[in-house]
Amino acid sequence: MLPQPYVVRQVSMETPDTFTLKLSPETVSNGSFFQPGQFSMLWVFGVGELPISISGDPAEHSQLVYTVRSVGQATNSLVTRNLGEGVGVRGPFGTGWPLQAARNRDVIVVAGGIGLAPLRPVIYDVLNHRDDYGRLVILYGARSPRDLLYRKELAAWAHRRETQVLVTVDYGGMSWRGHVGVVTTLFRYARLQPSRSVAMVCGPEIMMRFVTRELESHGLNRHDIYLSMERNMKCAVGFCGHCQYGPHFICKDGPVFSYEELRPLLEKYEL
Amino acid sequence: MTSRKKFGRYGKEGVLETLERIIAEHPFFSGIDGGFTNLMTGCASNVRFNRGEYILKEGDTANTFYLIRSGKVALEVLAPQHKAIIIATLGEGEILGWSWLLAPYQWKFHARAVDEVRAIALDGKCLRSKCEENHDLGYEVLKRFAQIMERRLEATRLQLLDVYAVR
Repeated sequence: MLPQPYVVRQVSMETPDTFTLKLSPETVSNGSFFQPGQFSMLWVFGVGELPISISGDPAEHSQLVYTVRSVGQATNSLVTRNLGEGVGVRGPFGTGWPLQAARNRDVIVVAGGIGLAPLRPVIYDVLNHRDDYGRLVILYGARSPRDLLYRKELAAWAHRRETQVLVTVDYGGMSWRGHVGVVTTLFRYARLQPSRSVAMVCGPEIMMRFVTRELESHGLNRHDIYLSMERNMKCAVGFCGHCQYGPHFICKDGPVFSYEELRPLLEKYEL
Repeated sequence: MTSRKKFGRYGKEGVLETLERIIAEHPFFSGIDGGFTNLMTGCASNVRFNRGEYILKEGDTANTFYLIRSGKVALEVLAPQHKAIIIATLGEGEILGWSWLLAPYQWKFHARAVDEVRAIALDGKCLRSKCEENHDLGYEVLKRFAQIMERRLEATRLQLLDVYAVR
């Protein structure tokens, strides 16, 4: 429960309001380990604590990487940390993406906006262990071209073997030569083999509802579709109840859930 | 420059057979009865548009629809004092245009070839006439367009929600 002292080693701008921070332990440690899909509680001393998904390579143990969208005082204070300044880190917490279940199967990653951040560790794992997985299909949507995350990496991933990367934006403008439309419109171009696929989805909840509908219409089973959920969090260990979602605590039972167990809750708008 | 190849080196019958096969294999007409494909081939022609070329323009008479075989098309709206706003893109396997189906048969948007586009153009007047004569054909065509409209309406609603905005 106590935050461990980490130091900011790098801050890079992904979009005008989104930044990636690389943190390493202040003192010598045994390494920073996490499962793709997990999150940390990042403490900015004197300001507050935030749940942020880990967005780095799970094979890299000397640092933890987080992609943060600046939307308020706490997130802004995090992304404006100077190099060498301290950040407290608790965790990692929560359930990870079902990488074991995805072994020897095609992996479909569907992300919207900053939802690509918690899915990037999955992509790293698949690409680092290429022979352990089937095809990798990445479908990514953002509001506009300037809101796209990891653009250079997306271009590089598209050239990897057995990997298809499709990107779209809701609003294009004249200089954008790519696809324009919501992320669900990418499915018509995706080469899918539903019976041998596992899908992992992260993004705005409304988008995830539309995406799961699209995945089902393409023949995927509900138990092969996984979502990463988000709610306000405080303790991150299932005590305070802030992140309760029906019978679940997002911090402890999630954030990754199978669509099979979530579907009845997604339809309850009061949750 | 638009190229409308009618017959090519295979002769009229050869090209018509090819057009019929292309129409039958296009995802929009997946599963349609062979007799209907044969009927529609008489209204079809191969077309190509160069990058940047406008395929249709808002306000013009709508008497064609296109089965996109390759390339990307941008649907645009021109706003006063603004550059063209791209509202959607369409690609291989999709159809462009349904204003030919419904009076007053006028295009509602511009459509521009983002890169080289190859398509099958179907003459709307010709097809409307055949649908009026053969209601079974008309039902098959309308059924398919209704599915397209439903999917695009759902996508447009999701786009309008602006789900990525901070709230």
